[in-house]
Amino acid sequence: MIETLEKPKTSTGKTLRTEEMIVNMGPQHPSTHGVLRLEVVLDGEIVTDVIPHLGYLHRCFEKHCEHMTSYQQVIPYVDRMDYVASMTNEMAYVVAAEKLLKIEVCDRVHYIRIIMAELQRIASHLIAIGTFGIDMGAFTPFLYYFRDREKILELFEMTCGARLLYNYMWIGGLSHDIPPQFVEKTKEFIVGFKKTLQEVNDLLNYNEIFIKRTANVGILPKDLAINYACSGPMLRGSGVNWDLRRDDPYTMYDKFEWDVIVGKGEMGTVGDVWDRNMVRQLEMWESLRIIEQAIATLPEGDVSKAIPKRIRPVPGDAYGRVEGPRGELGVYIIAEDSVTPYRIKARAPAFVNLSVITEISKGAMLADLVAIMGSIDIVLGEVDR
Amino acid sequence: MNELKLLLENPIVMSVLLAFVPIVFILVYALVTLYGEMKVAAHIQNRLAYMENGWHGTLQPFADILKLLQKEDIIPTAADKFLFSLAPYLVFVGTYASFAVLPFSSGFIGSNIDLGILYLVAASSLVVVGLLMSGWASNNKWSLFGSLRSAAQIVSYEIPGVLAILGVVMVLGTMNMQTMTQMQDGGIQNWLIFGGNFALGQKLALIPFMFILFVIYLLSSMAEVNRTPFDLPEAESELVQGYNTEYSGMKFAIFYLAEYANLFLVSAVVVILFFGGWTSPFGSFMGGPVWSAFWFIMKGMFFVFVNIWLRWTLPRLRVDQLMYVSWKVLTPFALFCIIAIGFIMVV
Amino acid sequence: MTALTTYFNDIYRSVSSTMTGMRITFKQMISPTVTIQYPHVKMKMPDRVRNRLFMNFDDCIGCELCAKACPVDCIDIEVMKAPPTESLGETSTGQKKRIYVTKFDIDIAKCCYCGLCVYPCPTECLKMTDVYEFSEYDRSNLIYNFGTMSPSEVETAKIKVKQYDEEQTAKKAAAAAQAAAAKAAAAAVPPTAAPVQNAPPQSLDSTPTQQ
Ligand code: SF4
Ligand code: SF4
Repeated sequence: MIETLEKPKTSTGKTLRTEEMIVNMGPQHPSTHGVLRLEVVLDGEIVTDVIPHLGYLHRCFEKHCEHMTSYQQVIPYVDRMDYVASMTNEMAYVVAAEKLLKIEVCDRVHYIRIIMAELQRIASHLIAIGTFGIDMGAFTPFLYYFRDREKILELFEMTCGARLLYNYMWIGGLSHDIPPQFVEKTKEFIVGFKKTLQEVNDLLNYNEIFIKRTANVGILPKDLAINYACSGPMLRGSGVNWDLRRDDPYTMYDKFEWDVIVGKGEMGTVGDVWDRNMVRQLEMWESLRIIEQAIATLPEGDVSKAIPKRIRPVPGDAYGRVEGPRGELGVYIIAEDSVTPYRIKARAPAFVNLSVITEISKGAMLADLVAIMGSIDIVLGEVDR
Repeated sequence: MNELKLLLENPIVMSVLLAFVPIVFILVYALVTLYGEMKVAAHIQNRLAYMENGWHGTLQPFADILKLLQKEDIIPTAADKFLFSLAPYLVFVGTYASFAVLPFSSGFIGSNIDLGILYLVAASSLVVVGLLMSGWASNNKWSLFGSLRSAAQIVSYEIPGVLAILGVVMVLGTMNMQTMTQMQDGGIQNWLIFGGNFALGQKLALIPFMFILFVIYLLSSMAEVNRTPFDLPEAESELVQGYNTEYSGMKFAIFYLAEYANLFLVSAVVVILFFGGWTSPFGSFMGGPVWSAFWFIMKGMFFVFVNIWLRWTLPRLRVDQLMYVSWKVLTPFALFCIIAIGFIMVV
Repeated sequence: MTALTTYFNDIYRSVSSTMTGMRITFKQMISPTVTIQYPHVKMKMPDRVRNRLFMNFDDCIGCELCAKACPVDCIDIEVMKAPPTESLGETSTGQKKRIYVTKFDIDIAKCCYCGLCVYPCPTECLKMTDVYEFSEYDRSNLIYNFGTMSPSEVETAKIKVKQYDEEQTAKKAAAAAQAAAAKAAAAAVPPTAAPVQNAPPQSLDSTPTQQ
């Protein structure tokens, strides 16, 4: 007897051809960087479709924020959005809230915030490149990078007492001024870190196998990147010269000398995985430049002078955006006549960047899909919030 | 006493006893390598690895094995139970059988057959069957991917590997592994990588080709034992764990044992083909059966170390690139070398 | 021809970059390790480190500011206003305590170590210490009872407060009665005004919003 089996379908309702099969990559899979589920339609090793399923890490961040008893209490929550770049999250929120409340902070606060944000960018890129290396099968660079990231975390711990979720930037100031040894330790770190950067550059980024794996893979053309509203290294890797730090300078970024890194297609096509990775790698050098300038010209001031005792803004709204390690991180606050925000919305760059994965991974191989995932550098805490 | 002697002269008893030597060796060696790999990896990564059990954690491998022994042996409900249970043993048997022809020292070889190297290539191919079996029987898409990849990989890398062996066989004119080794006896200058025991002109002409063949064999042997950069069948970032995703407990341990045994096997073949097997680098100094066993194992372990070192340095290739390396790089070069060696040996 | 050059170029670069990689990893292999053997060796904590909360209950004046500041509501305080006749002592900062704190629990399992509760405290009795090893097998052990009032003390306190309250209400009633009497005497109108004052019950929509 011939049984007529119903043909399997993807979750979007597409019927599979005979030679195709669905593989669920995640939520428990070593290279989904958290709990993302990718429904992958495979034809042999070739990926014919990718359907991302989100929400496994949804923690109702935005809803929580509406139920706080003050604006200050939101900060520990924004910390937990993108947990590898908490400082940047705080910065986005604080920039938005200060716009809303029309608070002017002194230069020292701006400078320290910039130093922290750039250190955080380095720490985040270290994880991005390191885990990307693991996705490619190279485990060792990851640990070299973690070794140096540890030093950044020590700097943070020294300053605010926490290593990952800082609650450091407050509305109107900072929770602590930097400790006396901070400047010296940072200088020490920069010297040692430059060596590691060079070393891993040779070990990983210019390794021939690595180049062969990443060049001409997952090409994201300029127009597609713009249409999908990609930002950060994703966008710059595709050759778009756009960086909020330069094009919409918040705090005091316009005071410093540095370059925006853009993907050039050195090893393949502009916008491939190698370019995105290289943009991150080179951005760390630029961050170091900014930090060096900032600690050399650190102004004096009282970092907690402008912290308001009681925050009750006039009804209105404000949007603050910063260039996070993953791209444009925006926080939109609507205030009503109360001590709690009426609504907080975060524009998470990782979420927006992730949306392009279906487009750029069609026709790639399974191993390329892993490379593409790694190059997007998602943090599920931020994607799902 | 006489009875014992009689018993020992019984060929069946003798071969059983002989067969015990490699397995004891494999077990001891696996423990050492397990420890060594962890330590080398850790030091490359500026870590310390095992430190708690015993001096610098030397007892840790025993603890690991004990842990695996007492773990629950899980067989997935949807798996083909018979094949699933058979696969790891098949993989191990393939490797173990190849140990029969390895000349461990001038005084010990399991079976001194004339077709030694051919037998070794053939027997170690059995591993592919086991891997395919494990992937299919696990009834898991990732495992299936892993086993298909590994089958394709091992089969294609056998070709440059065998061609490299062929080059050596052409030079030495024998397939008996003991004879091969003896022909390289007499000091470091007689090893094939340095041109072998030939007249000076021939020797100098042979060196570059021997070096290329050595690299080809090293690469294809790494691919055959699924080590980075050729560890696609168990690429954890893509295929979770590849063919042994669903295995646990003792079966998993046997996979590992087989992998480590295989690692030594191919390193030993490299040593026999190019680095003079058990011969001492100083001619007759430090020779003799015991010393030669020492040299053999040390040389083998050196290549095991190189494998480990490479593993923690390099990223992993992609499937198509893997095939590219085998068919478009290694095979043509091996063929070219064979032709060249043919000319050199004739002239 | 170009295809051939790329072919050999690729081979050359593969070999040379592998060598570079091996050189780097070998250098790292013989360089000293950076990890520490954790349970035996411990890292030095900086001064500002924020780990387990410590609370000095003797100094607490029961203002509940910390509980309000906590974003995850993990501080659970119950307070009772003490009669002014009662002396509860002083904090080390010299403030007079006026409130019984009958319960002061911190659910450290919920705490996110943000440190927001530390700042508003007027007597600085909350502090974040550098203790980070406090795992427990049972989750309920992570609710730290900092309050030092024993149940019997709480009972006596309650009775005292009740007595005082009763006294106060009695006094008030007496005062009210006096006032009413005075009023009545002064105006000498029919005494129907009082029930009208008492009669309307609390309307439904005035449920307390404060928590
Ligand atoms: S540290 Fe933060 S979470 Fe913990 S009790 Fe204090 S305010 Fe609450
Ligand atoms: S803020 Fe300080 S004094 Fe007030 S209740 Fe909390 S611990 Fe007690």
